[in-house]
Amino acid sequence: MPFRCSDAGSREWIDRSRRIEFSFEGRRYSAHPGDTITSALLANGVVVLGRSFKYHRPRGAFSLANHDINALFSTAEDTNIRGDVTPVEDGMALEAVNVRGTAARDKDRYLDWFGRFMPVGFYYKAFHRPKALFPWFEKAIRQRAGLGTVDTYWRPRRRPKRYAHCDVLVIGAGPSGMTAALEAAEAGLEVLLVDENPHIGGSLDYQWPLDTAEAACPSLAERVAAHSGITVQTKALAVAYYAGQWVPVATDEGIIKVCARGIVVATGLLEQPPICRNNDRPGVLLASGAQRLLRRFGVAPCQRAVVLTANAEGYQAALDLQYAGVEVAAVAALTEAGADSEAAAALTEAGVPRLAHHALYQVHGDNTVTGARLGPIDGSDADAQDYDCDGVIVSTGWAPAAHLLHEAGGKVRYDTELAMHVPSSWPASVVPAGRVNGAFTLAQQTADAVNAARRLVAALTGATVPAVEDWRDHQPHSAEWPIVRHSRAREFVDLDEDLQLKDLEQAAREGFDNIELMKRFSTVGMGPSQGKHSNINAIRILAASNGQGMDATGSTTARPMYHPVRMEDLAGRRFRPQRYTPIHDRHVALSGCLFEAGPWLRVGHYGDEASADDCVAAEVNTVRNGVGLIDVSTLGKIEVVGPDAARLLEGTYTARMANAKVGATRYALMVDDTGVIIDDGVVGRLAEDHYYLTAGSGHAAATARTLKRHAVEWGLDAHVVDRTGQLGALNLAGPLSRSVLARVSDMPLDEASFPYLNIRETRLCGYPVRLLRAGFVGELAFEIHMPAAGMGAVWDALMRAGADAGIAPFGVDAQRILRLEKGHIIVGQDTDGLTTPFDAGMSWAVHLKKPFFKGRGALAHLKGKSPKRLVAFALPTGYEGPLPRECHLAIRDGDIVGRVTSIARSPTLGRPIGLAMIERGLVEDDALLTLRVDNGQYITAERVRAPFYDPDGERQRVASEEVNS
Amino acid sequence: MPLRLIKLGLKGTKDEPRFFPPSKELESHYDVVIIGGGGHGLACAYYLARDHGIRNVAVLEQGYLGGGNTGRNTTIVRSNYLTPEGVKFYDASLRLFQDLSTDLDINLFYSTRGHFTLAHSDDAMRTMRWRAEVNKHYGVDSAVVDRQAVADAVPGIDLECGGSPSVMGALYHAPGAVARHDAVAWGYGRAAAQRGVELHQKTRVTGIQQQGGRVVGVDTDRGSISCGAVVSMVAGSTPRIADMVGLPTPIEVFPLQACVTEPVKPFLNTIVVSGSLHVYVSQSSRGELVMGSAVDPMVLHSTRSTFEFVEGLADHMVDLLPFTARMRVNRQWAGMSDMTPDFAPIMGTTPLDGFYLDAGWGTWGFKATPISGKTMAATVANGVNDELIEPFRYSRFADFQMVAEKGAASVGH
Repeated sequence: MPFRCSDAGSREWIDRSRRIEFSFEGRRYSAHPGDTITSALLANGVVVLGRSFKYHRPRGAFSLANHDINALFSTAEDTNIRGDVTPVEDGMALEAVNVRGTAARDKDRYLDWFGRFMPVGFYYKAFHRPKALFPWFEKAIRQRAGLGTVDTYWRPRRRPKRYAHCDVLVIGAGPSGMTAALEAAEAGLEVLLVDENPHIGGSLDYQWPLDTAEAACPSLAERVAAHSGITVQTKALAVAYYAGQWVPVATDEGIIKVCARGIVVATGLLEQPPICRNNDRPGVLLASGAQRLLRRFGVAPCQRAVVLTANAEGYQAALDLQYAGVEVAAVAALTEAGADSEAAAALTEAGVPRLAHHALYQVHGDNTVTGARLGPIDGSDADAQDYDCDGVIVSTGWAPAAHLLHEAGGKVRYDTELAMHVPSSWPASVVPAGRVNGAFTLAQQTADAVNAARRLVAALTGATVPAVEDWRDHQPHSAEWPIVRHSRAREFVDLDEDLQLKDLEQAAREGFDNIELMKRFSTVGMGPSQGKHSNINAIRILAASNGQGMDATGSTTARPMYHPVRMEDLAGRRFRPQRYTPIHDRHVALSGCLFEAGPWLRVGHYGDEASADDCVAAEVNTVRNGVGLIDVSTLGKIEVVGPDAARLLEGTYTARMANAKVGATRYALMVDDTGVIIDDGVVGRLAEDHYYLTAGSGHAAATARTLKRHAVEWGLDAHVVDRTGQLGALNLAGPLSRSVLARVSDMPLDEASFPYLNIRETRLCGYPVRLLRAGFVGELAFEIHMPAAGMGAVWDALMRAGADAGIAPFGVDAQRILRLEKGHIIVGQDTDGLTTPFDAGMSWAVHLKKPFFKGRGALAHLKGKSPKRLVAFALPTGYEGPLPRECHLAIRDGDIVGRVTSIARSPTLGRPIGLAMIERGLVEDDALLTLRVDNGQYITAERVRAPFYDPDGERQRVASEEVNS
Repeated sequence: MPLRLIKLGLKGTKDEPRFFPPSKELESHYDVVIIGGGGHGLACAYYLARDHGIRNVAVLEQGYLGGGNTGRNTTIVRSNYLTPEGVKFYDASLRLFQDLSTDLDINLFYSTRGHFTLAHSDDAMRTMRWRAEVNKHYGVDSAVVDRQAVADAVPGIDLECGGSPSVMGALYHAPGAVARHDAVAWGYGRAAAQRGVELHQKTRVTGIQQQGGRVVGVDTDRGSISCGAVVSMVAGSTPRIADMVGLPTPIEVFPLQACVTEPVKPFLNTIVVSGSLHVYVSQSSRGELVMGSAVDPMVLHSTRSTFEFVEGLADHMVDLLPFTARMRVNRQWAGMSDMTPDFAPIMGTTPLDGFYLDAGWGTWGFKATPISGKTMAATVANGVNDELIEPFRYSRFADFQMVAEKGAASVGH
């Protein structure tokens, strides 16, 4: 049983002077601040921390390095909490995940007995016949899968992300990282040093003889802390490397997006386990895991240990255990490596039995370790001996934590001398340093880190880059085949996914004999730890199975993220700006019913929501018979200036723009390369080299962008300024609009001075404004564009001036009806992803005589061949039947021939009117349209000529107000 | 417990047949060479052998089987498209999918979940109605539903979307499903191999030989072979292969990214797509949330991941399903989408005799796997385009006979 030691040395993370209380599965325990959940539970003698994914086998602490996927916990606020690295907090109420009952007595533990019925990929081979039963099986399988349970009442904690820029980002604050940071900082570069642990020190905290660590660490750590050129960020996970030298760093306070000119990857090694029967029992720990427990938390993992080693680190771990009061029953050595180390000699001196050339055959015990069987490497069970113990500590191999290096374009190769992968190439600005590079001793690590840092500094400062020095160790630290097969299996390769040796071998045997295919079929490395303790063994197993070398076998691709990152942290602060028009307050005061139009809030209609239809009809009548005012500030408002302004617009829009007279406006239709309509607006010419144009509300930014792109691509001397947010716009519309405007403007407004489709600059209420004679709603109308600051004053002045004429504001709903009565289209509603100007009946807006404009080639080809046609239809006056809705289909002889694009009850005409996009050839001559409305009902509509209202456009050009009566 | 597992458990797995035969040398001639060992290529090989008796077929794959977009998509199968051509085509695919586990004798975990495409604006509601009306016309089960129906089916959803434009309703497509994508490739590959098709992995095509205006052979990094027909089914590598025969295509390659969370117990039984929030999400049978978004904004021939993608996706996911804020993203990846201007594929014969193209799969390739294989096989066997793919023919771009699937094909694959 694990226990808390009396002393663990000066690098301890816990505060022994204080105690905190927490509970696990309803039982109360105490811990010290600084403990992780796992260390606290072990200190209390709790060894079974969770259950495995598939077989529900008991599992415990393993790495203490954020890979312990079988020791996950949940609280009321969170789940899949990694006990090995998550600090325990006072009052925490923890439960195990993926168990029924308790971790120690999981009701699903019987699944382990059925393991033989669940060979690799079993779910591909069963449950699909008969088909009808699959949903039932699937439900059961889904219930068994998954780990923790989420609570749909959880709410996000949204925090801003921060940005940090530095010369050098050093990832990993172990001896190499600290050395590299100091080296770079000494060269005058600004350094950010990050480490996922709460303290800097890395392996100096736990993996070296106390005196060595004491000698090295405080001085390194103190120098790092004291150096003004180094910023240290602990509890900071370098998530991944992304193009452009970006490394997001996840901290307790949210994500810091770090952009560094140079990056030192001093991420060290990931310890790799040996494989034998029951190597997954609670009590089997990686040596580095045991050492982390011992030195950081003062917890010994067991009372009597068997140690398996293939390197000097394993002997040191055995010595550490013994020092902490653990009886070391035996140290078995899988290889010669480390046998001549000081630690090995010290063990011999202390009388610890050492077994050379021995392997771990199997681990005994059901819920926890009760013994271990050790035997000669090439021997059999007959030669083996059982040792009683409650812990098995294993140190048989390493793999570089080179994920970020991979992501940055680096490569690794298998070093046969080290029996380990090492980086073989990397970009000049992302360099590995220290143990990740295969430098093992502290001296090697330091020298390697200095060399790496110097190369990086030189690359960043433009100096001559020194040569790469080889500080790799020259003896293996990993066993090439740390695997002992057992006739009854249960030799685990992947603890996340419950995969055994036989599973991987079977996958290869069934043709999944490529590392990527093996991964996908067996799911090795696909669990939450992403193969950190399983990938290397999987490669070894496949290499052996294929009779290939390690390099020929290859590796799967490292993908972000290094450890999982919370969605709320990735999301960051919520930022969805809502755009108000400059006179938003007035709309609210006038009881405008607001709706969201993209980022804008616009008024649908003014007045009561309940009587919307009546309000809208009244607004329509006001515009048709008197005068109305609408806020159209959401229109795109773009200025185009420069000697080539005319050429830019000529090439961007379908109509002639270069020959427009100063003071004139043109309807402007924009199409893409295939001739499809993408935007419409009005272009006004203010001077020879100066145009002002509008774009659709939802398309303002895109149109400005397109114009800018064209100016660059075509090499034109023209400047495009998007003034959408800076200017407000109103449309004063109706037969009385001229007389109302005349009261606030001293500019001549008569038809001769300011004709229809013209633009003028003047002043209103002291503000510079532009007036456009526009025609969208089909009445005499003046669009007034002005600075946002002046819009309130102009609005108020017009409302006052029009009071006796019965002026009223109108909203978007009325505007939509007004334009429909006039037969004007809305791009995106009456058009779709294939609609050309010819389909929309707007060939008048396409000037094919122009030698060039965007989409001209396509339109020239399509002229006269347009397959569709936008047509107008109406239902009888007094029609009471079901009204078609937009996108209801037109049907002829059982086939779809088109769809309704716009529909409304016209207050002016007193009948429902609409537009439909229909197949040209089929229904062109039909006088009637058959529409299928809700519930599959058919109705017949009469084809009519558009515009429905004022077909000759007389009302937009009225010379005086008499015409109205 | 199913009989099959009992047998496996008692007999052991030693005698389990291989899915794919061990690698072997290339022959000097094949009747048909299929470039690309993804779902489409393997399906085409299977249907060539099964339906047309053409078995002297080689599938050449530069990497490993199903290693391209087949293994990178978010596994959604649906047929709620917008155009009649699209609806008929994807409906035929979905119907093949429904029986595919039985056909191929591999459990594809084909799971009919129902598919909600959320609408957050009047515009979107209009498009949903359009799709529903067209779908119903062709017998595809789609309907516009109100926001309450969404709330009932998606526990924990915030219909107000945290303040973004709220959910007004949705297009509900009951047959929407997810399937184990890799297994689709493996199932087709095994079934093709059983019928004599050769699968050659790690075999990169380096050139295509022509003679007298028709294709006569293929050069690879393992040697040259002669053949009667070449079928290019290589998604993001289409421009590279098409260049070998001088065939211009309007394809642009955009990365399409996806990610998964750590596994949790099932809570989401449907597929949810929001075009305006740029997210789609389903929960895999393993318990991970599988999430994706629109294609990257810029053309790029790469499968790198970006942080902007996960940031944006998480931002919108948290708006839509606030409680998922606590979940953790485990892994992200990218595929290369070969996009066409009209968001519909390019399939069938080309101006070059004996060269067949199956490309432009953008973000809709996985769901078309069975029908693409079947119709391309028929096209190759008969030398003329199958009726179902005629609207997707190569020449449509020259004729301006495009398909306009953009409204239903973008976000929500």
